[in-house]
Amino acid sequence: MTRFILRRLLQVIPVFLGTTLLVYYMVFALPGDPIAALFGDRQPPQAVIDTLRSQYHLDQPFWVQYGLFLKNLFTFNLGNDFTGQPIAASLARVFPVTAMLAIEALAIQAVFGVAFGVFAGLRRGGWFDSTVLVASLVVIAVPTFVLGFVFQLVFGVQLGWAKPTVGANANWGTLLLPAVVLGLVSFAYVLRLTRASVSENMNADYVRTATAKGLSRPRVVMAHILRNSLIPVVTYLGANLGGLMGGAIVTEGIFNVPGVGNKLYQAVLRSEGPTIVSIVSVLVLVFVVANLLVDLLYAWLDPRIRYDQ
Amino acid sequence: MRDNEMTSPDVRIDESGATGVRPLLEIRDLAITFKTGGGEVQAVRNAHLTIMPGETVAIVGESGSGKSTTALAAIGLLPNNGKVSGGQILLDGEDIAHASEQRMIELRGNTIGMVPQDPMSNLNPVWKIGYQVRETLKANGRPSGPDDIAKVLSQAGLPDAKRRAGQYPHEFSGGMRQRALIAIGLSCQPRLLIADEPTSALDVTVQRQILDHLETMTKELGTSVLLITHDLGLAAERADKVVVMYQGRVVEAGPSLELLRNPQHPYTKRLVESAPSLASRRIQVAKEQGVETTDLLAPAAETVKPETFLQIQDLRKVYKLRSGLGKATDFAAVDGVSFDVRRGTTTAIVGESGSGKSTVAKMVLQLEKPTDGRILFDGVDTSALKPAELFKFRRRVQPIFQDPYGSLDPMYNIYRTIEEPLRVHKIGDQASREKKVRTLLDQVALPQSAMQRYPNELSGGQRQRVAIARALALDPEVIICDEAVSALDVLVQAQVLNLLADLQANLGLTYLFITHDLAVVRQIADHVCVMEKGRLVETGSTDEVFEAPKQEYTKALLNAIPGAKLMLPPEVA
Repeated sequence: MTRFILRRLLQVIPVFLGTTLLVYYMVFALPGDPIAALFGDRQPPQAVIDTLRSQYHLDQPFWVQYGLFLKNLFTFNLGNDFTGQPIAASLARVFPVTAMLAIEALAIQAVFGVAFGVFAGLRRGGWFDSTVLVASLVVIAVPTFVLGFVFQLVFGVQLGWAKPTVGANANWGTLLLPAVVLGLVSFAYVLRLTRASVSENMNADYVRTATAKGLSRPRVVMAHILRNSLIPVVTYLGANLGGLMGGAIVTEGIFNVPGVGNKLYQAVLRSEGPTIVSIVSVLVLVFVVANLLVDLLYAWLDPRIRYDQ
Repeated sequence: MRDNEMTSPDVRIDESGATGVRPLLEIRDLAITFKTGGGEVQAVRNAHLTIMPGETVAIVGESGSGKSTTALAAIGLLPNNGKVSGGQILLDGEDIAHASEQRMIELRGNTIGMVPQDPMSNLNPVWKIGYQVRETLKANGRPSGPDDIAKVLSQAGLPDAKRRAGQYPHEFSGGMRQRALIAIGLSCQPRLLIADEPTSALDVTVQRQILDHLETMTKELGTSVLLITHDLGLAAERADKVVVMYQGRVVEAGPSLELLRNPQHPYTKRLVESAPSLASRRIQVAKEQGVETTDLLAPAAETVKPETFLQIQDLRKVYKLRSGLGKATDFAAVDGVSFDVRRGTTTAIVGESGSGKSTVAKMVLQLEKPTDGRILFDGVDTSALKPAELFKFRRRVQPIFQDPYGSLDPMYNIYRTIEEPLRVHKIGDQASREKKVRTLLDQVALPQSAMQRYPNELSGGQRQRVAIARALALDPEVIICDEAVSALDVLVQAQVLNLLADLQANLGLTYLFITHDLAVVRQIADHVCVMEKGRLVETGSTDEVFEAPKQEYTKALLNAIPGAKLMLPPEVA
């Protein structure tokens, strides 16, 4: 097992270099001059432009820029963004907020998605199943920005159950409403996935054997249907965690959450190569770790899966 | 208080004192219906069955006869769309046909136990064996400590039970899994055990051990057994009474031997006649004899040209097995096998799972490369074939596989399935290919209307006929049948074997027949090769091997055939 984990962590190196190189190159290839954009309509003196250019190494060729970025990265000094703020500090501000939002959304998806899915799957064709299926279809069909604004209006403004926007004071409570919106779509997928998996496993021979042993219904469901049904669901949730950490630009925008999505969006608008690539670097790590966790969870759920072979 | 009725010895009845005792299970006029898309289907009607305490009763029938459905109704495990629509199931006088789920949960495990059919799919792969035993004991209010679990497992004949309890099902062989399932079924000492084809997925020698053990255990505990099987020989050998079911009805019932030797109902008669057994003889071509196919004794070897067609020389196949630490160890699946196949004859390779017989077939088909040794086909070394020559070789050697459900593409209709090899080999045009397909369908006795159907609309026997037609499409000289009739019911199996024999006579085909079923070998083969653990242990003509087996292993295989002796005609037995 240790060998497997080590091998997987070593794989991070090529993945990391590949993705950062690619993203860095795409930012480099973007049309427009980021320095000129900084000054808006004003025309700064040429000397200022040149100073800024050399300060951010924008006068250097691509490979040198990328090399300098890597050097900075390995010395744990990410440099400053175009507004003079240290990038590391702003990452340290935005990532915890998004992490909280993502974990909350993931928990909502996992808990409610699996629970609803199991009930629907056990009584396929029943009233609960039909209702939940239609409802989940609606959730999938309605775009997030519509859901977001509706929830903001209804729960935030009219009912006043939650703060309509998050702003500077991001905590578990204020993030709950955006987390619900963010989690809803995936909740519908988790539900459908669990439902399909449960109703398939219900007819498995070992489930019949478990019943024949004299086990009570709840016990058969918990021990023999649920665990076997979780494997595809865990895959989906794992892949989803990476996506959630990448920041939900739309949801963060609607609820004014100072998270990764917002930061990334602004950085892209300003063609800030170092900021974009720094965020992407962290995301690559998050993705790799999330996938590793999924694989380990697999082996725990299904003992037939062994990695040290 | 539930425990009382099982553990107090006075409830158990002496085997001899059956008269005047209330039956343990009595099924009266049972009718079961299934709701399907096309309305209600009656799966079982007017079924009668009586099991006295301590008695073993077998229900025999082919797939779809309603035998498993009847047994499942007795333990309240009918599928959701099935229900008991009439009659009674009396367990010790209590009608449980419509008992509440709560009552059934009370009964299951400690009053009615079950040993299911397929050991591969009936243990939950994600829990340790010990856990699956423990939850059974716990649910039925019995002590469930590690020692109790080990005791239950070792009683079912599992060696080293303490350690084994900590393993997962995938670390067990098929036979050991079945032992674990028997352990679970009997762990709470039920009064009735429902054994649904408990050994049909296992090799004959393992089958015998397991059935022997099951018999000893149930005798000791005084358990009644309801044995479900498609194998008449096995039923006769293991049960006191046999109930024959056909199309949802009980057509005949009675003491085992009586029923076997003097069947009354036409279906039972056909079943007894077509059951392959050691007493049967090589099938002769129907048109030559015009009589019952299994009766004539014929020295088939005399009628064929003794030309050696296929030579297997010192064939070896070594697989690398990875062990826990990443070191590979060599495993010889086939180890120095040599034999000849003569043109127009049938050579059977017999062995249990893991004996390497299918690997030999794959190498002859050029689907696997031999590690060592040569395969000479019509005098040419097949390993030296270039791609173009190999393509031609494939025209001459065709396979028929075991599973008629898996070996046909479900998205191809029958016409396309049979025509595909012709298209691949660019033979003829559209019109001539269609004509060929029609001829082939005639040869395998399928109606022309089958062309537009899809595999799922055909029965198992019909599908296997399609597989045969496909194999014949290219006019091959050799057909390799890998367990080609193992998945079929007895009557269908007999028809397919007769078809194969007819085709051999008409087309001069050479068969290499891979099977685990010695009774089938007796009916179809001229020569037999017995394989054990990758080695050839005995070869000879079928008569030699069956009448005077030289090797212990061959003898063991022959002895392990269920009902082998019972199935002989009375004067021989």
